[in-house]
Amino acid sequence: MPHINLPEGLPGISSGFAFRPETAKPMRELAHMLLHEPNSLSPGERELIATYVSSLNDCYFCQTSHGAAAACHLGNADTVKRVKVDFSTAPVSEKLKSLLAIAGKVQLGGKHVTSEDVDAARKLGATDMEIHDTVLIAAAFCMYNRYVDGLATWQPREESMYEQMGRHLASEGYKTSSVSKREVEPVAVG
Amino acid sequence: MAHIKLPEGLQGIRGPLAFRPETARPMNELVEELLHAPNSLTGGERELIATYVSYLNDCYFCQTVHGAIAAAHLDDDEQLVKRVKADFKHADISQKLKALLVIASKVQKGGKHVTATDVEEAREVGATDMEIHDTVLISAAFCMFNRYVDGLATWQPEDEELYRQRGKKTAREGYVSMSREYIPQSQTQGA
Repeated sequence: MPHINLPEGLPGISSGFAFRPETAKPMRELAHMLLHEPNSLSPGERELIATYVSSLNDCYFCQTSHGAAAACHLGNADTVKRVKVDFSTAPVSEKLKSLLAIAGKVQLGGKHVTSEDVDAARKLGATDMEIHDTVLIAAAFCMYNRYVDGLATWQPREESMYEQMGRHLASEGYKTSSVSKREVEPVAVG
Repeated sequence: MAHIKLPEGLQGIRGPLAFRPETARPMNELVEELLHAPNSLTGGERELIATYVSYLNDCYFCQTVHGAIAAAHLDDDEQLVKRVKADFKHADISQKLKALLVIASKVQKGGKHVTATDVEEAREVGATDMEIHDTVLISAAFCMFNRYVDGLATWQPEDEELYRQRGKKTAREGYVSMSREYIPQSQTQGA
């Protein structure tokens, strides 16, 4: 059961957003800019970074919904799984691997990022903007993940719901809600 | 030296915010709503939560500037800010704020650390659902801001007077208004 009286039938972050629209708006806009707007990193790459950080933070809702969005962009769910388990052997570019390494350091804490990490990414072609966005995506998901789990939101274990959300996120982005109210009883939360 | 080439002469978060105005705008709007907009928690109480979480995350810039903003809200009581950081359980603050600081510190470790008991204890000393929500989100948001500031190795000069003066001004004017000092106005609007 959520820690506070959140609107029922809305999974994960959607319930916090509905509870407090004033903070939802900038949080949605930030995610939209970081993950959906045109960028030299593809949306699939950026969603993989978001998914990886959410898995490090052990946030079921975020890693599953963003994993579904990443799979939708990449047309491939297996790559998402492999990035979460061990990105160093996953079928992604060397540049993305170096950015995932930076994201993993940010998840631990900002000071863990070293100039060697950044140099390694730069040598593989990462730009300052890409390094910036990687740091901010990782930092932002340290916020979103804590928000979702810190309120103990309802996070149904229902793959088809996340696949549907992933498709919506991949095509529409983050400015509007990707879920409608659900009829499922919010008691079966793990 | 910062990890990427940031605009020069801007301390802490100002460098990356000016580097990327498109993400700066929602970030400033979020912190404005959480810390400056009218709320049943005072500006001083909310800034103390932000300061405490930034201290736990060991972010010099954020804990110093938000500590200065908190002090500006609290009749310049810099000692109180220090006591909250060192040992909030014995600081001269309300039982409600102490209960909210416990929740904030759990969120800093990770969202799942917050227990129903923590929330129940806050409620027993008068915290509303909105106050508990905002405490969780302030703490979560500073886990972002702190990582952004340190993850890019921004310039963070140790100059207490600079933070003191900026703290007074931010406490008065808020974050969106202050952002016009370092981001050209045309870039903070629209989109």
